[in-house]
Amino acid sequence: MSETATYQSTLLALVERDPRVLVMTAENRAAIRELPAKIGPRFIDVGICEQTMVGMAAGLALRGRVPVVHALATFLTLRAYEFIRTDVGIPGLPVKFVGAVPGFLSDGNGPTHQAIDDISVMRTIPGMQIVCPADDRELCACLPEVIASPAPTYLRYNATSSKLEHTPYQLGRAEVLSEGTDLAVLTAGFLTSRVVDACAILRGHELDATVLNLRTLAPIDEDAICAAALACRVLVTVEDHLLVGGLYQIVTELLVRRRISVPVVPLGLPGRWFRPGRLGEVLEHEGFSAARLAERFQRAFETTNVNSYGAR
Amino acid sequence: MSSDFAELEAQARRVRAHAIRLATNGGCFLGASLSCTDILVYLYDRVLQVSPQRLDDPQRDYLFLSKGHDVPALYGTFVERGFFPAARLRNHLAVIDDLYWHPNRAVPGVEFHSGSLGHLLSVSMGVAMDAKLTGGSSRAFVIVGDGELNEGSVWEAALVASAKKLDNLVLVVDRNGFQANVATETLIPLEPLGEKLGAFGFAVVEVNGHDFGELQRAFAELPRREGRPTAVIARTTRNKGLPSLEGKADRWFVDLSPREVELLLEELHGAGQARLTSEPLVVR
Repeated sequence: MSETATYQSTLLALVERDPRVLVMTAENRAAIRELPAKIGPRFIDVGICEQTMVGMAAGLALRGRVPVVHALATFLTLRAYEFIRTDVGIPGLPVKFVGAVPGFLSDGNGPTHQAIDDISVMRTIPGMQIVCPADDRELCACLPEVIASPAPTYLRYNATSSKLEHTPYQLGRAEVLSEGTDLAVLTAGFLTSRVVDACAILRGHELDATVLNLRTLAPIDEDAICAAALACRVLVTVEDHLLVGGLYQIVTELLVRRRISVPVVPLGLPGRWFRPGRLGEVLEHEGFSAARLAERFQRAFETTNVNSYGAR
Repeated sequence: MSSDFAELEAQARRVRAHAIRLATNGGCFLGASLSCTDILVYLYDRVLQVSPQRLDDPQRDYLFLSKGHDVPALYGTFVERGFFPAARLRNHLAVIDDLYWHPNRAVPGVEFHSGSLGHLLSVSMGVAMDAKLTGGSSRAFVIVGDGELNEGSVWEAALVASAKKLDNLVLVVDRNGFQANVATETLIPLEPLGEKLGAFGFAVVEVNGHDFGELQRAFAELPRREGRPTAVIARTTRNKGLPSLEGKADRWFVDLSPREVELLLEELHGAGQARLTSEPLVVR
């Protein structure tokens, strides 16, 4: 992958390599602006018709195509939900759903645009993969595997840049970004680099954290999570999603099923939409800037470490 | 009706008999099945390039049942055309087989599942579009109910079908005049339906959906207009073929006793009208 690869150039290369791949959009072209001129009839813009796009994608997939469909995450996963579940989920067709501006990335749009329940609804569909790249490079790295996979897949689009240094991508496998034994922070997607920055701050306070970038939430890397739970005193989950149905519940369901007892502190959106605004201010206000996360990790460690019993 | 269609009429009567036999021991949506029987028989016999021997042929024509309730008529048509043996119909509603109240792809010949209204126009458009992209000869036919036209997704898809110039797409409306329990024009009026579909960019033809001569006229030349999807509004009668049940609002879904099945089969073959004692099922 060249240094200058973008989502668009990566997708274009995949379209050129694989005649099955089609690009569809419900008039959401921000990430794929140059493709119409480059791929002609294999670019299908249906207008602002998310349901029709998903139904058509199912029909195209019936004919052996792999449609990569684009819309804002909230309209794709909610307005077209029943089409995704019924027309793609039931037959298990290889349609790839790319949801733009998920989580905090909807910044100033307000609650209508806040996809903070998308993971919750998509993970109820049997066989649906959920892929949450941490930055632009991981977005490009995941794309060949997403498209090669025969499973329907929801891709939580994130093209923000970061200073993270990634290990080679493997769909369904978590990436260990740092290792420590005081606490383990589990996250995925846009917040990953904030978590890494927060843990760098913690090291100044002599707290060593394991950071797991889960990369995909379905399938989830169960062994990586369990290993972190057994190695650390406290688990913290960090997500730009409601606490209902997201990472926190995925992790706690797993720990209960594996009979692993460990304190888990959830950092996410506790039953409300976030305050809209400029992204940096949103993160600060909601407690997800690196500095705020560092404070919250430290508090999580201190309170659960003192009060918990039976964890080890 | 001319004798040209005598064989089709006999075939349609056999398909109706299959559907009536499914309306017991759990029942089925007989009303919608009998209203679209003649459409299905005509399409499979005279129009669709498909057969049990070419179910995987990418150049075949595709038929989608969007409302889904009419699947007993499709099962009956499949039996008559050799897609599967008649004996299999005895498995209707048995968990060991895949013959239930809505179509699904486990049954040979069924192109896609349905049951949730307003889905298969867009799915069929995906097939039509791929046929265009690949330069293939496949056409996509989709049968929708008139009550189904309440769903906004049908009209959204209709906009796109026209915008994408899918002239290998044929929308067939089984215009039997009923929603589930209520006449369409009483609840959510659709007329003038032909004008509506025309305004959405379809080449529209309205015919009597029980007259094979008129169905022949509707499907004789496709596309009806270059660059436009076709809409065939087939005016039909709920429970067509059973005068005692025709056009009755409360005989949409029926679950009959074995004796009532026999009476209706006799009625279908010209005996007097049957009098049913089973409870009408109004809400389902």
